Amino acid sequence: MAVQTLTINGQLVSAVEGETILQAARSAGIHIPTLCYVEGLSAHGGCRMCLVQIEGHHRLQPSCTMQATEGMVVHTDTEQLREYRRLIVELLFAEGNHVCSVCVANNHCELQDAAVEVGMDHVRLEYQFPQREVDTSHERFGIDHNRCILCTRCVRACDELEGAHTWDVSGRGAHTKVITDMNQPWGEAVTCTSCGKCVMACPTGAIFHKGATVAELDHGRGKLDFLINAREKKQWNV
Amino acid sequence: MDLLDLNQIARHEREQRAPIQICCCVAAGCVSADSQQVLDRMEQAVRDASLADKVQVVGVGCMRLCSQGPLVRVDPEGALYQKVTPEVAPTIVSGLQGGMIEAEPCDADSPFFKLQASVVLENSGRVEPERIESYLAAGGYQALYRALYELEPAEIIDVITRSGLRGRGGAGYPTSVKWATVAKNPGERKFVVCNADEGDPGAFMNRSVLESDPHRVLEGMAIAGRAIGANQGYIYVRGEYPLAIKRLQTAIKQAGRLGLLGTGIFSSPFDFRIDIRIGAGAFVCGEETALMASIMGQRGTPRPRPPYPAEHGLWGMPTLLNNVETYANVPGIIRNGPEWFAAIGTPKSPGTKVFCVTGQVVHNGLVEVPLGTPLRIIIEDIAGGVPGNGTIKAVQTGGPSGGCIPAELLDTPVDYESLAAIGSMMGSGGMIVMDQSTDMVDVARFFMDFCRDESCGKCVPCRAGTVQMHRLLTRIVSGDASKQDLQLLETLCHMVRDTSLCGLGQTAPTPTLSTLKYFRHEYEARLKPSAPESPALVGAATEASTASDEPPPPEAAAGNEP
Repeated sequence: MAVQTLTINGQLVSAVEGETILQAARSAGIHIPTLCYVEGLSAHGGCRMCLVQIEGHHRLQPSCTMQATEGMVVHTDTEQLREYRRLIVELLFAEGNHVCSVCVANNHCELQDAAVEVGMDHVRLEYQFPQREVDTSHERFGIDHNRCILCTRCVRACDELEGAHTWDVSGRGAHTKVITDMNQPWGEAVTCTSCGKCVMACPTGAIFHKGATVAELDHGRGKLDFLINAREKKQWNV
Repeated sequence: MDLLDLNQIARHEREQRAPIQICCCVAAGCVSADSQQVLDRMEQAVRDASLADKVQVVGVGCMRLCSQGPLVRVDPEGALYQKVTPEVAPTIVSGLQGGMIEAEPCDADSPFFKLQASVVLENSGRVEPERIESYLAAGGYQALYRALYELEPAEIIDVITRSGLRGRGGAGYPTSVKWATVAKNPGERKFVVCNADEGDPGAFMNRSVLESDPHRVLEGMAIAGRAIGANQGYIYVRGEYPLAIKRLQTAIKQAGRLGLLGTGIFSSPFDFRIDIRIGAGAFVCGEETALMASIMGQRGTPRPRPPYPAEHGLWGMPTLLNNVETYANVPGIIRNGPEWFAAIGTPKSPGTKVFCVTGQVVHNGLVEVPLGTPLRIIIEDIAGGVPGNGTIKAVQTGGPSGGCIPAELLDTPVDYESLAAIGSMMGSGGMIVMDQSTDMVDVARFFMDFCRDESCGKCVPCRAGTVQMHRLLTRIVSGDASKQDLQLLETLCHMVRDTSLCGLGQTAPTPTLSTLKYFRHEYEARLKPSAPESPALVGAATEASTASDEPPPPEAAAGNEP
């Protein structure tokens, strides 16, 4: 396989052919913020947190889908990107009902981490306070749509790892939501195998184990990495 | 079917025509104004007067002046009548025998007709859209024959290259480059897709072409199929166009029966099948990757490009995606040669473009002009300007992705580069004319409302950003916004434009940004003066804001208006 050499933030980085900019950056220890990306699942390209500036491209490109090519010059941390990332996080906070102090995922939340990382000390936008449902009809899990950021990590984990495709997306625009089966209560979704991979994949406290209270949710992300590693590399290292 | 048979059908069709043809428009605009009944009444009148051997009543496609429909034309003399009602329709027939015609005449020599070109619409209003024989009599499918027997695939692409044809969907990408890329990319199968998901408010060019001359699009697609090596085509047409869908279905069936589509076209080894896929009302499905997802039965959401459809399209195969009007240009280019086409329009934007001129103009309807025609000629000379001697304030081009062009820039030539340079875009061809009474902030809010509604919800900036921008615009319209709100709106506009996944989000801020560029005073006039800290400071605060470089208070800004 041909090796590509590119420059990210002034640092020379090598990438295997077919690797994305994000993968190349990560293996070189360069951090690019993400929300909808999970290594091992298909790339979604929806959160726009991982956008980078590539010299010669007139548009910002998502590093999770853009392949690294020879001679590419990439900037991941310009002032413009920092401002845009902060606005994206602000948009997410204003769009849902995210109250960290009463959330099961407090301190275990990627949205919260992102807010800290981008330096979001307050939200400049008007909060929407949407009316959203909480579905606790499943025996072991629950979903609180108020905390959902529509990253579709649950949809992809369920489809690509478990193979059940219980989760999907319905509606459009501000009415978009993740649904189980034919938009039924989760407890009635017959395709659900109760494997819990959606809980592991969820970046926030939207999908949670029942019985956990504020700040108690352990997503068990390590297990997802273990499964992906086992599937892709046939390595069962615990 | 070979060329001899084709010519035979065409000749027979021309020979059996009655000497006098009464053509009645049966495209959607006129049909909604009762033209089917007009046509029936005229046929009845012909039968009653026993004129069947001399006079024939035919339903034809769009005659362009949609606002004055139903339109009826009597050939060969070319007399045109407008707003024909079923009641007065029979008098057009009796008029042929010297009776008094009660139908309102329409000046066929007016600038609306005389200043227009006829390339894409050459058959529109002439051929019967539901009869393939009528299209064959007008020289139809001759170009496909040439493409099969006289030209190699590479030569077809070369002809398109020399013609300089650019994509008519809005972006203006060179058509031949796209064709050559798909032709070159390896794949077990390849696909030709026609984008007929025309969703811009105020745009109905594609609809008109499909309803008036559906075979032209099929022929263009088949030629494209031959050029790139595809055997399957899809037309993705929106469900809101039932008449276009019906006529396409009829046309595909008729062409298949004559061996002009399907297996072994013109008895050659070339197979090409066309199927229709009907959209279910999502504007975003006009975006190419969302359109392909929808054709494949998936949720109609866009995905990041690259990979482009030309390398990774339908079912992962190289796929050619063009707009209806692009395909409609192809048969003419093959038939008349690339030099003929390149001589129309400007060197960088050759050919013509069909526009839908609507809004505050005298003549609403379809306008086809060579590219490079100044906007003023289209709006003032062809469309007749604002009714009642009103004055134009702005022209909105390109639908929700385009911008508002102020009256002082009306001399801008209409081509891809010139429109982009002034912050608008060609788009698919909608042109909405607004007069002085139009509230530009409200226009921006209308288009933002549209984009907010049509956002697919996949990427954050478009899904949540359009909601916030709409809120801010609503606040400005209702006079509740502060200077900070306007700043925030601009920040969001830039952010959503630069970070959205697909064209919908990337261009959603364009109407707002362009009205901010040319009509900023209308925004500023609406802002609340900076809030004073206590009633006692009212006077001081007003003075301070006037003295600084802040926007002037409402009274002052209002005084600046013409």
